[in-house]
Amino acid sequence: MTLHERKWEFNGTHRVPYWVYTDPEIYAHEMREVFAGRSWNFVGLEAEIPNAGDFKRTHLGETSVIVVRDKEGDIHVLKNQCAHRGLEVCRQEYGTTRAFQCPYHQWTYRLNGDLSGVPFIKGVGGHGGMPDDFDKRDHGLTKLSVARRHGAVFASAAPDMEPLEDYLGPKMLTLFDRVFNGKPLRIVGVSRQRIPSNWKLMFENIKDPYHASLLHVFLVTFGLFRADNPSRTEMDSTGRHSALVSRRSTNLAPNAATQEMGSFHEKLELHDPRLLDIVKEFSDPATVVMQTIWPNLIVQQQANTLATRQIVPAGPEAFDLNWTFFGYADDDAAMQTRRLRHANLMGPAGFVSLDDSEVMDLAQRGIHVDSERAAVVEMGGRGREDHDHIVTETAIRAFYGYYREVMGL
Amino acid sequence: MSNDPGLMLEIQALYARYAELVDEGPLAQWPQLFVEDAIYKIVTRENLERGWSLALMLCESRGGIEDRVNAIENLSMTIPRRVRHLISGFILAPQGPQAWAVSANFAVFETINGQGTTCFAAGRYKDVVTRESDGALRFREKISICDAATINNSLVYPL
Repeated sequence: MTLHERKWEFNGTHRVPYWVYTDPEIYAHEMREVFAGRSWNFVGLEAEIPNAGDFKRTHLGETSVIVVRDKEGDIHVLKNQCAHRGLEVCRQEYGTTRAFQCPYHQWTYRLNGDLSGVPFIKGVGGHGGMPDDFDKRDHGLTKLSVARRHGAVFASAAPDMEPLEDYLGPKMLTLFDRVFNGKPLRIVGVSRQRIPSNWKLMFENIKDPYHASLLHVFLVTFGLFRADNPSRTEMDSTGRHSALVSRRSTNLAPNAATQEMGSFHEKLELHDPRLLDIVKEFSDPATVVMQTIWPNLIVQQQANTLATRQIVPAGPEAFDLNWTFFGYADDDAAMQTRRLRHANLMGPAGFVSLDDSEVMDLAQRGIHVDSERAAVVEMGGRGREDHDHIVTETAIRAFYGYYREVMGL
Repeated sequence: MSNDPGLMLEIQALYARYAELVDEGPLAQWPQLFVEDAIYKIVTRENLERGWSLALMLCESRGGIEDRVNAIENLSMTIPRRVRHLISGFILAPQGPQAWAVSANFAVFETINGQGTTCFAAGRYKDVVTRESDGALRFREKISICDAATINNSLVYPL
């Protein structure tokens, strides 16, 4: 079935047709309209490339890009494609360099992507050489738009993007600045996993607090995230970004809410309680803020573990999830140790997130049982408004409202 | 390098038991191969090279290792699977009285229910093994360093 034959048959977004997770044409359209369209894609943290010449490779959608800091401290995001014959010029995942040189014919690029050297440009002994009108200024690496805020770096294929602050909107900007508050960051480390499901299921997972209070025994039992905790679910005015904000329960006794949580274990105790030695570090009462920023970023604050999760799609049925755990440069030794301990909750082996990667695998497999059916997304109603609780799928409905606009579905 | 063949055999038996408990079970007995204040962690070569201390699993005591076992067996939602360790290329060097630094290669295969077998992880152990007062060898430190930066979906079992 071709894209123009695909019809979103439902009035609204409380049903999501399963073909959005499997159809190669839908996926190709997403690469153009979502990732290479009018969006700010998260590409990394400045603290990953602190010094002049530091670079890392990453992706914008499926496109290989280089994120590099130049001598002036500016950050450039360059498509990793030689202007000559299209080779990937950067082969290392990360490092420090003075220039990028293609191995094939040794075309050389400055850190800002400008072409600086072409061997035999004037020929050899009067033979060959590039045409007289060949201008190196026309043949640099493709430069993407870059936005930076408080240590986070975003890139866009659109040349005329609005400022990141306007893109986030006031509500989401306030929550973004809660973690990215301008203090210098310290990288704790990275973890990466290849998850065998469509990239949107990752966003939906974070936009779905309903599951978190049921699936995750760890969260529920230790009160980190429970359906009866004071919470809210918020979106920006377009519905593309969202945040779940919640406060840890201090009363862990069973009650009416825990009766319906099949995963609640009253008697569970940790043999090494340092795992949950949580200290308050933000001025507001929230203990969890999970923010999703269109089209590829999750910002996680749970207990004292802070991380960005970058979604890199890899075909309709897989994506890479790149986690960058971080703290602040002024963290004392105890806080540095605490962040390492709390990181046990998250990542490919996380006491919490392990459940999610397994569930996403099952979701993608289940979708194939009958990909002409649709998901039911009606918890908390059929609308897309903010809720002052987490027994809701409103953020998923809001996401698909914006998705349908961008995709023309 | 230690050239004591008896000790080498004894240490290899410890690793064989480790593989048996993780691969065949009972996993609940796996923590007994560690001393009380043992460190167990899984790290990637990328983080090591970049000077970042993040671990994919971090246990700082036998109790923490027991918490991990409890999570695997009782708390986590996981698709059933089996892992299989191959461990080889032991190098050992004395590190204080009754303690040895041991390094060895590992390869861990994974078989998810209903699917074929894949190589899930390969890397090197950088461990410290000690002889406790009951005469048994146990891990004081076990650090599994994965060559790959990317994990194939979920890291359920210890490496």
